[in-house]
Amino acid sequence: MTGAVAILTPQDGGRMLARRFVGFVRALRDNGFPVGLRETIDGLRVARQAELDHREPLRWALRSLLCASRTDWQRFDEVFDLYWRGHGQLRAAQISAGGSRSRTPEITDAEGHTGPMLGADRGEDAEAEGGEGRRGGASSAESLAATDLRHIIDADELARINDLTERLAARMKYRLTRRERQRRRGRRLDLRRVIHRSIRFGGTPMQLAYRVRWPKPLRLVVILDASGSMSLYSTFFVRFIRGVLDNFREAEAFVFHTRLIHISAALRERDTEKALERMALMAAGWAGGTRIGDSLAAFNRNYAASVINSRTAVMIVSDGYDTGAPETLSAEMARLKRRAKRIIWLNPMIGWRDYAPVAQGMAAALPHVDLFASAHNLESLAALEPYLAKL
Amino acid sequence: MTLDREAVLKRLGAVGYVADPQLATAVVLMQQLARPLLIEGEAGVGKTEVAKALAAVFETPLIRLQCYEGLDANAAVYEWDYQRQLLAIKIWESEKRSAEEKERHIFDEDFLLKRPLLKAISMEKPPVLLVDEIDRADEEFEAYLLEVLSDFQISIPELGTVTATAIPYVVLTSNGTRELSDALRRRCLYHYVDLPSEAKELRIVAARLPDIESALAAQVVRFVQALRKEDLRKKPGVAETLDWAAALMGLGVKDLRDEPEALHESLMCLLKTQEDQAAVPIEVVERLAGKAG
Repeated sequence: MTGAVAILTPQDGGRMLARRFVGFVRALRDNGFPVGLRETIDGLRVARQAELDHREPLRWALRSLLCASRTDWQRFDEVFDLYWRGHGQLRAAQISAGGSRSRTPEITDAEGHTGPMLGADRGEDAEAEGGEGRRGGASSAESLAATDLRHIIDADELARINDLTERLAARMKYRLTRRERQRRRGRRLDLRRVIHRSIRFGGTPMQLAYRVRWPKPLRLVVILDASGSMSLYSTFFVRFIRGVLDNFREAEAFVFHTRLIHISAALRERDTEKALERMALMAAGWAGGTRIGDSLAAFNRNYAASVINSRTAVMIVSDGYDTGAPETLSAEMARLKRRAKRIIWLNPMIGWRDYAPVAQGMAAALPHVDLFASAHNLESLAALEPYLAKL
Repeated sequence: MTLDREAVLKRLGAVGYVADPQLATAVVLMQQLARPLLIEGEAGVGKTEVAKALAAVFETPLIRLQCYEGLDANAAVYEWDYQRQLLAIKIWESEKRSAEEKERHIFDEDFLLKRPLLKAISMEKPPVLLVDEIDRADEEFEAYLLEVLSDFQISIPELGTVTATAIPYVVLTSNGTRELSDALRRRCLYHYVDLPSEAKELRIVAARLPDIESALAAQVVRFVQALRKEDLRKKPGVAETLDWAAALMGLGVKDLRDEPEALHESLMCLLKTQEDQAAVPIEVVERLAGKAG
């Protein structure tokens, strides 16, 4: 019987055990395990009646009870051993010191510094202003909308862009929802209600009742190229994505340069400072080289199954300048195409005069793309709206 | 009847499921805490098998609810037998009874079709309820399920509230097509099933195919374990290993190294996409078979 486990014996009426156990739960919570009050109570019950002279049964039981995901499952042993074998919760709590409480390990182990493009986000948390904004999209700010995004540096203008993109995303969603509703109306009979109503007519179904399927929102997955060649636009698109995440009920966002990063959680953070901090952690390699094919491969392998459903449109924002092999990109695009309902490729370079998609990567990806469009300013983004509404 | 860990382990072994003490502990906790068990793991590692084995262990029926997108309460909980209700209304038309009485008559339990969830909570002896691939169902259904799994009661507006006579053993499986809600995850006991180690897979093959020669079984398992290390889109699971071993027995193969061509053709038991089949040409098969022997 080792020292730590000896404490578990219920000689002191279990008070010591309870205290130690609560400490363990705290260590788990510090490491991002979602342990609630009821789990704590049940866990204590289990610990009290466990065969206390053996540590393993206790481990098995608590692992079952207190883990909630694969990540928890794999990290449980580490926390358990440190806490019960060592002499206190402090060491256990330090396992993930400095890491975020995010449930995606890819983010947690990213080490890095603030990227140059992130600085521009600082101090900005523009809220939509009152009722005026509801009415229209891009048209209310024509002169601004027609400016190529490269030329905008003024903070005030940036805030207005932000405002516009948020509104745009909101309008896309609204259009989609309304369409669904009208098309689906009255397609299926609600038999339960028909029977109920027919009773008063002696069983003749005089009044029919229909079931309206609640429309499911479109899910938008945005994959943004944040490499050096895109650096003029990435701040703008990060802001656009933030608008998308806020306004679409289901949306996910990824950023890639030389590797792929899931940024939805960081962008959803309402506290601007925290959001910046989290993004800074991920920004290593920001504005560096591009590996589109490899990044898409990472997406297909690790995320595609969980973020893409039957109503998902994938929006890739990139100029198509790829330092990887075009064959990889082509194969990964084909794979993505099999899952996603639609693939939209936004390329800011189309806005430049005389640009043709000659970048090797772009040529390899094009056959798999449903919509290849320009996205160098707000007007071009607004032009996408009818297409998205038709998905 | 509460089984302890050793008893669960022994009984799981007896019904042909090779379990570890971790899983057995989870089963004990299911009985003690009346919490559902959420099982995750890659496709083909035998998640559904756990529920089937549990039904055998507890000697109780298995009720299965297969989830899919758009699954609603009518398909999962209960439905009225509309045709019979309409007929009953017609038959009772000539009877001189009040409307209330007629209504009571057609909303009698006789006209109620019990779907898996309702069936599971209204049985005398607690059954095993398998909610398969919960990640395929919509969020709304997941929330509803969570409510049922906490209270173990279902309300039917026309009939009243049905409270569980016995609390079923609930097993949920998920493939990770969608992130499940934290509330559901917290509510459940958790078990992650990995692809088995070589020794464990060998025990599984021996338990499931008692007639197989041990030399062939060892070769098959080593071959599959090596194949999983290749760059494949869909790694063969335990079910595939068993299929393939059975197929080889049926073909009369005694040694994997004997007939590389027959071996290559039988690989369709293991590799289920054209891409993966192309990725494992006959040379690779020979190399793997050589190593496995």
